[in-house]
Amino acid sequence: MQHVSPVREPLVTGGKTYHDVTQDICRQVEAKPNIRWMAALSVALFFLGVFLYSVYRTLWYGIGEWGLNKTVGWAWDITNFVWWVGIGHAGTLISAVLLLFRQKWRSSINRAAEAMTIFAVICAAMFPVLHMGRPWLAYWVFPFQNTFGSLWVNFNSPLLWDVFAISTYFTVSLVFWYTGLVPDFATIRDRAKGPIAKVAYSLLSFGWKGSAKHWSRYETVSLILAGVSTPLVLSVHTIVSMDFATSVVPGWHTTIFPPYFVAGAIFSGFAMVLTLMLITRVVFKLEDYITLEHIALMNKIMMVTGSIVGVAYITEFFIAWYSQVEFEQYAFINRATGPYWWAYWSMMTCNVISPQLVWIRRIRYSIPATFVLSIIVNIGMWFERFVIIVTSLHRDYLPSSWVMFSPSIIDIGIYVGTLGLFFTLFLLFAKFFPVVNMAEVKTILKYTVDNGPTYTGIHGHSEQAHQPATHGVPASAPVNYNKHE
Amino acid sequence: MSKRFALGIFEDEDVLLHAIENVREAGVKIYEVFSPFPVHGIDDALGIERSRLPIAAFFLGMTGLSFALWMQIYMLGFDWPMIIGGKPHIALPAFIPVAFELTVFFTCHGMVITFYTISNLYPRWKTPVLDVRATDDKFVMAIEMNEKTDLNRLTQLLRANGASEVNEKEMSKF
Repeated sequence: MQHVSPVREPLVTGGKTYHDVTQDICRQVEAKPNIRWMAALSVALFFLGVFLYSVYRTLWYGIGEWGLNKTVGWAWDITNFVWWVGIGHAGTLISAVLLLFRQKWRSSINRAAEAMTIFAVICAAMFPVLHMGRPWLAYWVFPFQNTFGSLWVNFNSPLLWDVFAISTYFTVSLVFWYTGLVPDFATIRDRAKGPIAKVAYSLLSFGWKGSAKHWSRYETVSLILAGVSTPLVLSVHTIVSMDFATSVVPGWHTTIFPPYFVAGAIFSGFAMVLTLMLITRVVFKLEDYITLEHIALMNKIMMVTGSIVGVAYITEFFIAWYSQVEFEQYAFINRATGPYWWAYWSMMTCNVISPQLVWIRRIRYSIPATFVLSIIVNIGMWFERFVIIVTSLHRDYLPSSWVMFSPSIIDIGIYVGTLGLFFTLFLLFAKFFPVVNMAEVKTILKYTVDNGPTYTGIHGHSEQAHQPATHGVPASAPVNYNKHE
Repeated sequence: MSKRFALGIFEDEDVLLHAIENVREAGVKIYEVFSPFPVHGIDDALGIERSRLPIAAFFLGMTGLSFALWMQIYMLGFDWPMIIGGKPHIALPAFIPVAFELTVFFTCHGMVITFYTISNLYPRWKTPVLDVRATDDKFVMAIEMNEKTDLNRLTQLLRANGASEVNEKEMSKF
């Protein structure tokens, strides 16, 4: 009854049974929070406090609290926005694109990766909203007929496209994630002992019982959501890149931006997934579910997208020279050798050189090396956005307005603060929600486990068991499946 | 009104699939099968029709697309035309991103709402289930019983088809 491929590594190790999966994943949900989790949460909450203080300063005293000036009107805020949105993309890639490609290994990481997407988009959204200065008027970005006239929003503006893209992306990711959570909440509900847990998970599980009809619809919904999320995730970062590409600023006005940004987004997103997974698997003892094989596969994706990003950097430089546009050429020479050379070369080192180390098998399968690499890549990707944004803006067409940008303490506070917000949300998720999609892992268990659950039950069904299950039920069978409820 | 069920508990999804066939062939009506994860082939075995949700998805997407195009063309083309960057009032290429996003928005949310509604899934304070292990590691085949049902015969049938246990359960609200 086992179907273990001789050439492929098992997706879940340790000979787990269905019940083991439930036990392993529910353990941390049901247990009292441990000291390491509490310690991590307090650090995250401290930075959340930093965030709230910085937001208070921004709102009370205004955008002047930031380091922006007349020439550099966009700096850390948009850098962080793009960085966070990019991080989010890996989650959707894992949950949607890899589902369509039938990459079964995604099953044990998709839940946490999708959670990461949602929290990253929440962090990202903070920046444009705060940059509005008066966030209580944030709804003005939507096409409401405003009461002061009949002026509508400008649908020709990429910034407005962003509003639609990010809000669609956020809400769609949220319902996709939640729909996947419902069966697992039902599992926790049926195991719950305490009265609060019983009610809470009953509410969360939407009365899911796991009936065949519901599963059938559930799979259809997942597939269609994956199908529409795939172009969605590509469109989101394409539109983010158009915020820059549709302007005439040297260094921004390039057609390479959409694919280059999407590759960069997936690159940084996988780095963040790796960072989180490497910690999660140790803290929650999930080494059998998130195996070295998973880490190696994610490293490979990181390497591919990192190489695309590297090629894009070089192409940009080449095109600047080839275009014969003086301003464009200056923008790129200035990036590499101007006052922000250190940012440029940090970006080059972190994003172009470091992912190439993954070619070495030892590094690909090494946990400490992967962890360090994933952090380096995230730093590099932050610098990429900083380089694109600040070095292009600080010296544009008019040398009399050339300036330098330096962040204020509030800029730094908001950025570090969103990290606090992100980790607060992620830690709460990891404690109260199942971090691995139990139902989905159970579907792959039987066919991939090394010496896994073998049912040696009745009269040798084993041979026929794996045939396509259209086992001829005659159409005239005197039975029918009744819809009820 | 309370209902009585015979519950066949199975340990393995392949055994369950065969049992479903055999039980149905024996002329017993299966009320419902509960499983901890989607079992492939169970739709065919139970005779569940293919879901029509994809059709709904298509029309929802079309609704979103038409709405988005109408909104943009009406607002910028007719209600309050403005010259933006010297371009036409109805600058269709610039309307593509929002049209696409709203298509996805309507498809996804419409689908999910439809799914929860037709499946009668909504938050409830209490969720009575026939067997709590159905969300853990057991596959539960529920057969509704009436006065005429012979429980012994049913038990034998289920046992012969690989059920590890057969229980009886009464549910008042289900």
